[in-house]
Amino acid sequence: MTSNIVIAILVTSLATYLSRFLGVVSAEKIKETSKIFRWFNCLAYSTLAALIARIIIFPAGALAEADYFIRFIVIIVSLIIFYSTKKNLVYPTAFSAIILALLNYLQ
Amino acid sequence: MINSKYFLKGYRSIKGIDSPAFALGCSFIAIGALLKNLGFNIQESIFSTFLTYALPGSLVMAESLLVGASLINIFLAVWLVNARLYPMTVSLMPLLIHKKQPRWKYYLSCHFIAVSSWLIMKSNYKSIERKHRIDFWIGIGSATWTVAIVSTVIGFLAADYLNKDMMIGLAIVNPVYFMCMMVGAMKTIQISLSVILGAVLGPLFFFISPEWSVLFGGFTAGTIAFFIGEANDK
Repeated sequence: MTSNIVIAILVTSLATYLSRFLGVVSAEKIKETSKIFRWFNCLAYSTLAALIARIIIFPAGALAEADYFIRFIVIIVSLIIFYSTKKNLVYPTAFSAIILALLNYLQ
Repeated sequence: MINSKYFLKGYRSIKGIDSPAFALGCSFIAIGALLKNLGFNIQESIFSTFLTYALPGSLVMAESLLVGASLINIFLAVWLVNARLYPMTVSLMPLLIHKKQPRWKYYLSCHFIAVSSWLIMKSNYKSIERKHRIDFWIGIGSATWTVAIVSTVIGFLAADYLNKDMMIGLAIVNPVYFMCMMVGAMKTIQISLSVILGAVLGPLFFFISPEWSVLFGGFTAGTIAFFIGEANDK
């Protein structure tokens, strides 16, 4: 293994585990019926939503190469499929990958 | 040590039609291929998913390596994008804590906290007796973790057969999958508001600070949603 890749992996996993670890430390003193628990529940959902929206609107990497308008259409149609298939997760995700690859190929 | 009945029950929760296994798999296939293209060998790719097991974090690491960022920068970028795991852990662990269960289980199994496993646990914990919840959770976590590692290997091996368009197609799977799981979880006013406000404020804060947008946007959105939800309950 190349040493700088291994170090990068270790640094990445440490930065990731840190949040999980501190989460358990804090959780020891928090009751599930408390207000603070409900607040953190809101924060979990909102930061997740903020992250997803940012990835979709301001993507990096491969996704940035797909046209903005195409991305938008694919997202909307995937959501419609998700709801019309009784919240099945396979159909919308499979659809999104195939249709985005196809539209990008045709462009 | 770990009750195998509940462990297996958790492990099996990734089966079924509404299972996140497919989307999770596709996302990690993309990671496997990406890491191969970056010059990782197969051991390093497996090692990466094994140790990090958080998709956006691995993506950030890959991008940072690509532009030759320093280790401090990688650490900060990954920490910022994965800081969402902190509120996720705080809002999950109190549901699993039982005084008869040893502490190490919690500190070890928090490694499994990621969007898919977290959402599966959140929607199933009520059907499991409190004492056995941690073992059930370790089952779910091991299952999603297995899918991630196996898919990384598949992606690594398939990298040469994936062209640019297919890589772009795979790259959208993760956001679409996260988004569907989020809107599927919008069952109370507080959670619905958290999701909607987060999705609006995250990108808005991007104009102020790209790196901090997720944390600032998420924090503001979640706090507003909490207060509106609490006021609504009275």
